Amino acid sequence: MKFTVVVHSAPYSTQAASSAYRFTKALLEQGHDVYRLFFFGDGVHNTSKLTVVAQDDTNWQQQWNKLIELQNLDSVVCVTSAIKRGIIDEAESARHELGAVSLSSSSEISGLGQLIDATINSDRVINFG
Amino acid sequence: MSEINSSKTVSIISRQAPYGSNRAQQSLDIALAAAVFEQTVNYIFMGDGVYQLLGNQNATSIQSKTLVNALETLDLYGIESIFVDSQSLRERNLIPKDLSLKASIVSRDEIAIIVRASNSVFNL
Repeated sequence: MKFTVVVHSAPYSTQAASSAYRFTKALLEQGHDVYRLFFFGDGVHNTSKLTVVAQDDTNWQQQWNKLIELQNLDSVVCVTSAIKRGIIDEAESARHELGAVSLSSSSEISGLGQLIDATINSDRVINFG
Repeated sequence: MSEINSSKTVSIISRQAPYGSNRAQQSLDIALAAAVFEQTVNYIFMGDGVYQLLGNQNATSIQSKTLVNALETLDLYGIESIFVDSQSLRERNLIPKDLSLKASIVSRDEIAIIVRASNSVFNL
């Protein structure tokens, strides 16, 4: 089955984002297709590459990045949600002269149209948070 | 984007009051995006979400956009299937006349039927 996973929550504040991560992993392990990951609202914080955690803690942003790269997943971050929360790719950084990039290279910034496209082309859309 | 022209039914259940969290705004954003991409949209207000529909909102004093103004333009985007859970109104001592846009007042059973007939449901 073709799934899209939508993440609405930031990591560390609630369990929703880590549940979404484990759910995505379980989907792939069971042979399902992941059509798209979509990070919305506070969920965009899962795609920052500028995070550091204590040694005995899990770096969820790194975990997502690894999973997305390893499985070659299509990972989209909502532009409206992202740029006001400091999740910035090279294009946005140049456009607004910010001098820094925070988005993990495995994800891309795009619009809500990608979420609607995912609802059209997936068998199931699962929301977390 | 592939096959964007195929139309599915997207239902949005908005359950939060307008300004305390961003969920109401996000519901609206998803509804508008779905309408722009010519999907069939059911916009359902439940729980504290019914407060979004009250008239006489003015959010300028809290540096926010007044959400109901945007909701009142939903028909311009072709979103006409707007549903309000009657039990949620009753629990909050509200009546249909308090709502500032045209909506169908429905029971929980009717909402269940709408949800069952949807391809995707966003519950925010």
